[in-house]
Amino acid sequence: MNFDFTDDQRAIKRTARDFLAARYPSAVVRELAEDERGFRDEQWQALAELGWTGLVVPEADGGLGLGAVELVVIQEELGYALAPAPFFSSVAATLLLVAAGSAEQRSRWLEPLADGSARGTIALWDEHAGWAPDHSEVEASEGVLSATKIAVPDAASADFIVVAGADGRHYLVLAGDPGVRIEAAPSLDPTRKLFTVTLDGAAAEPLALEPARIAHAYHTIVTALAAENVGVAQRAMEMAVSYAKERRQFGRPIGAYQAVSHLCAQMLLEVEGARSLSYWAAWAVDHEPSAAPRAASMAKAYASDAGFRVTAAALQVHGGIGFTWEHDLHFFLKRAKANAHAFGDARWHRERVVGVVVGV
Amino acid sequence: MDLTLSPSELAFRDELRDWLKDNHPGREPTGDEAAFAFRREWQRQLHAAGLAGVSWPSEYGGRGATLVEQAIYNEELVRAKAPQAANVLALAMGGPTVIAHGTEEQRRRYLPPILSAEEIWCQGFSEPDSGSDLASVKTRATRHGDEWVVTGQKVWTTYAHHAKWCMLVARSDAEAAKHQGLTYFLMDMEQDAVQIRPLVQITGEAEFNELFIEEARIPHGNIIGGEGNGWAVAITTLMHERATLAFGLQVSVQIALGELIEKARGARADGGTASEDPVVRQRLAQLLIEAEVLRLNAYRGLTAIMRDGVPGPEGSLGKWHWSEVNQSLTELAMDIAGPRAMLADDEWTYRFLRARANSIEGGTSEILKNIVAERVLGLPRMR
Repeated sequence: MNFDFTDDQRAIKRTARDFLAARYPSAVVRELAEDERGFRDEQWQALAELGWTGLVVPEADGGLGLGAVELVVIQEELGYALAPAPFFSSVAATLLLVAAGSAEQRSRWLEPLADGSARGTIALWDEHAGWAPDHSEVEASEGVLSATKIAVPDAASADFIVVAGADGRHYLVLAGDPGVRIEAAPSLDPTRKLFTVTLDGAAAEPLALEPARIAHAYHTIVTALAAENVGVAQRAMEMAVSYAKERRQFGRPIGAYQAVSHLCAQMLLEVEGARSLSYWAAWAVDHEPSAAPRAASMAKAYASDAGFRVTAAALQVHGGIGFTWEHDLHFFLKRAKANAHAFGDARWHRERVVGVVVGV
Repeated sequence: MDLTLSPSELAFRDELRDWLKDNHPGREPTGDEAAFAFRREWQRQLHAAGLAGVSWPSEYGGRGATLVEQAIYNEELVRAKAPQAANVLALAMGGPTVIAHGTEEQRRRYLPPILSAEEIWCQGFSEPDSGSDLASVKTRATRHGDEWVVTGQKVWTTYAHHAKWCMLVARSDAEAAKHQGLTYFLMDMEQDAVQIRPLVQITGEAEFNELFIEEARIPHGNIIGGEGNGWAVAITTLMHERATLAFGLQVSVQIALGELIEKARGARADGGTASEDPVVRQRLAQLLIEAEVLRLNAYRGLTAIMRDGVPGPEGSLGKWHWSEVNQSLTELAMDIAGPRAMLADDEWTYRFLRARANSIEGGTSEILKNIVAERVLGLPRMR
């Protein structure tokens, strides 16, 4: 029984914290938030040189073959730094290819994904999608797809898109296919770029219909996203606590008032709860697959709520300055809230916990 | 990261599970006297099997169990729905305090009858005017030769009417600063100067008592941890085993949640079940998640203690978080009951009412939030 990272995992965490703090100071995050593409090639190259792009790619396919725990370590730090990078979207696509890619798809894409020379992304939601991230009515006909997918992250800079279709099917579509149109969509979170992808007879190669393996990939994906919100919330909490120590009103630091300090204590409760759940979910994905569906949905549900609630409370602690564009806090709130609605919101994952998992 | 038990921990758990299966004494009888006798007998049984005071060093009759074994112990006793041991306060708090602060002579004198349940202990900390602000206690102790004479009033004294010894915090030096003038005594309850009045609580039962102390006598040798050192000794008592007790609390929540899910599945007169209601489902799911957080935080807290010797930030949150989860759980049970919530005809009514104390007893949620804010987050003290 040891609920802590190994020395190697701690080293990854330290490297990530230092690297991201040096490379993504506020000024850089703000510049990328204004940028249409949202990242620069040399920044991506630097992530690839750290080995992150190959993290989830098996060693036999040219990657590091590490697990969900290592992924969660990096995702938490990316959230903490609020680093704009097409990392999560490409990892999501990579995980699906590793899970269910055909031999040809694997040999074509996994090595370039691992070395960072290629990127993928994932298109989940149909144009009029409801809450369920696993529902789509898109079907390929004679090897081509025609559909509109919304809120596709980093699509303009991806080489291929894994498109979720009806009945749990997935297809690989090349971003450069003449039947693919990619348009920038206004996004709540300016540090992660979203696009509307319109497919009009785009060539689509199916992934294998491997429901269990694909479900496991999704458990990894939602766990990684939960961990990102842990990092986002941790940073917002630190900002609030440090502000509460220095900001003085009525002659004392506002953190001496219980109305403020108890808000901060509540933030810690929620941050640590989200952290415990996402670490456990990652461990379950790697070592106890039978617990993974429950753990992943619990982590995503809790971290979705905590991410927003903690960043919103941090804004409240900051008072008026927290509401300005000039202050960085709004970027954290927006990322946390957008993450809360990606890959199933808290409500949807809670229903999974009680319905699919507990069987009530 | 490894969330599995080692072979020796698994063996300990299985051995304990088997023992509990073979020795479970069944349902506790009703009525205070009968229930207490039952708990005393149960503790004797535990003691005979070497299962009382498992965290204590073996030289004092304990088992020297590791932290993980203590956690397993607390989980398994709750999971087996075992009765509470009669001397719960001495096992969890008094004994460890004597081990930490007592003299060797005191350890030899007091520890064995704690384990055997021959001498029951109660706790005299809170007073009518000293709840959260414990250091403000007014009960006065004055030295007369080899004796101290104590006068004052204590409240929320569980088991006072069964107890031989009271862990008493009293003001022994009226001139000293607030936290410095306190001394931790062991007061003999078997004297006329100590009068006990049961305090009937909102559930109708009298779990607690008031103590009226009028010139009670305490030998000087019954001071634990030295004169004027009562604050530090009392804090040890309060902090002790909080980390591993969390394991019992989280399992009790898991068990109650299982019972609540069964209740929600029961058919209602209108043909549906509460478990079909989307709002009920959302609340059940949230409770399942929070219960998991309680379990995971307890394990993370344990890892932090094993690594650093002190609980991590998550360790400070457990009792506060548990009280909220347990209250929400019992509130959902009442909502599921619908109009039957007006009747007091099943144990959920009792649980619902009893849970109101969860955010008060053993440190109010407000005090716990202060502790988190000041000691974990480093925010300025409010005072």
